[in-house]
Amino acid sequence: MTIHSTRRHLLGALGAGSLALGAAACGSSDPFDEGGEEGGGASDGGSGAVTLAIGSQAYYSNEIIAELFAQVLEAEGFTVDRQYQIGQREVYLPELESGSLDLLPEYLGNLLQHYDSEAPSASPEEIHGALDEALPEGLRVLDFAGASDQDSYSTTSDFASTHSLTAIGDLAGVEEALKIAANSELDVRPYGPEGVKEVYGVDVTVVPVEDSGGPLTVQALLDGDVQLADIYTADPAIAENDLVVLEDPESLILPQNVVPVASEKIDETAATAIEGVIAQLSADDLVELNRQSVVDQASSADIAEGWLTEKGLL
Amino acid sequence: MTGSPFLDSLRWLGDSAHWTGPGGIPLRTLEHLGYTALGVLVAALLAVPIGLYVGHSGRGKGVAVAAAGAARALPTLGLVTLFALLVGIGLTAPLLSFVILAIPSLLAGAYSAVESAEPATVDAARAQGMTEWQILTRVELPLGMPLLVGGFRGATVQVVATAMLAAYVGSGGLGRYIFQGLGSQNYPQMIAGSLLVIALALVLDLTLLLAQRLTAPPGVRAS
Repeated sequence: MTIHSTRRHLLGALGAGSLALGAAACGSSDPFDEGGEEGGGASDGGSGAVTLAIGSQAYYSNEIIAELFAQVLEAEGFTVDRQYQIGQREVYLPELESGSLDLLPEYLGNLLQHYDSEAPSASPEEIHGALDEALPEGLRVLDFAGASDQDSYSTTSDFASTHSLTAIGDLAGVEEALKIAANSELDVRPYGPEGVKEVYGVDVTVVPVEDSGGPLTVQALLDGDVQLADIYTADPAIAENDLVVLEDPESLILPQNVVPVASEKIDETAATAIEGVIAQLSADDLVELNRQSVVDQASSADIAEGWLTEKGLL
Repeated sequence: MTGSPFLDSLRWLGDSAHWTGPGGIPLRTLEHLGYTALGVLVAALLAVPIGLYVGHSGRGKGVAVAAAGAARALPTLGLVTLFALLVGIGLTAPLLSFVILAIPSLLAGAYSAVESAEPATVDAARAQGMTEWQILTRVELPLGMPLLVGGFRGATVQVVATAMLAAYVGSGGLGRYIFQGLGSQNYPQMIAGSLLVIALALVLDLTLLLAQRLTAPPGVRAS
């Protein structure tokens, strides 16, 4: 999640692909312009307000979720220091552990694998439980959302209807050699070729396209260079191109439901406000939020405000 | 695993399992060299004739210099992505980008090679009744050969260092190790891939430096 997003921004910066441009357009907040010195200009927001530092990955969708949290916390009277677009887990998790950051939207499976690389795929509830054990002292996860943003075996609706495909296992009946466009690391992931062979008896080979399910990956699928593509499930490109996400009844693919990871400074009032957002954030909501960023090029602050108002959270 | 990614990358390079098969180091290195050679050769077919013409005739020099300068400023990853969106994944998109990357050095090398000949020498050749073609091929080019080879040297080193981007859009080469290592946090593999690219670039640079020395005509070697 972190790496693909970094690249997506790089692409945007290089002016390639309108999708990537959309991603970059939303990532314009300057991490330095908030004067976020710990203790420095804190508690100037009225009745001794607590300053909470909210971070986000360098991934436009993650920033929108962070902004949802930021706006409900501000409505609760907290002062929020926005530290968006931080990048990789290796960078921001130590910041959370040291107390420089207080809150960041994370994804269940990837967060658990960061602390326990051997963690097997499981249901979202089980992963959430395992995270309680795995997280270091001082950090905790709040409730997780229905919305998730995870790898998928996706195909075109044409290919799916020709071969009557609804689940990954149905691919076992397809005669032609199957290729999936994905970042090359899929080759070594548990849900990669080895995993689908073992669990579903399907042979696939990875065609590396390193833009993390971005425009090039979608293009390779639409061009027919590959029959399958690994596209993140919250990507608006799935609906836009009428793609079919093949079901994964055996939970081979790690669930990546959105989950806030919080420091001790997030008290019960703050946690309740954040979980109010989480409770309403469905899979369709996340796709729609992403669509407004990528297609409509709206800023994450505007997107967040619109959604929170619509849901009665502001 | 020793805890030091650099030592681990050397260990990764020493592992015999990484030296065989379709994903092995010899094949990936050959692919990488092949992409480089193809990119530089196609670029040379375009840039060298134009550079020789510009250098010999003095015509269009402003345009050539401006075009070469502008091409240098193009970000190659952006080009690869742009071309791949137009022509699809595979080798065409990165190859086009490598050609564009290689053209400025080759163009500059070619026209400066021809220009470097003393005007008096060129006049003397003309006075002896040499045709323009003879002046170019027997006087200007031999005298400027080190500069032309220098253009190839610059282009080759740039392309070999950038050819990892072929792996970004479904092709092979040493970039496979780098991208996969990055994506799966296998940093020893990523560093090993980078070390291989660095080694290739150094070998090619030194080889072409040697070629530059050897092609210098005896009379001008001192300069």
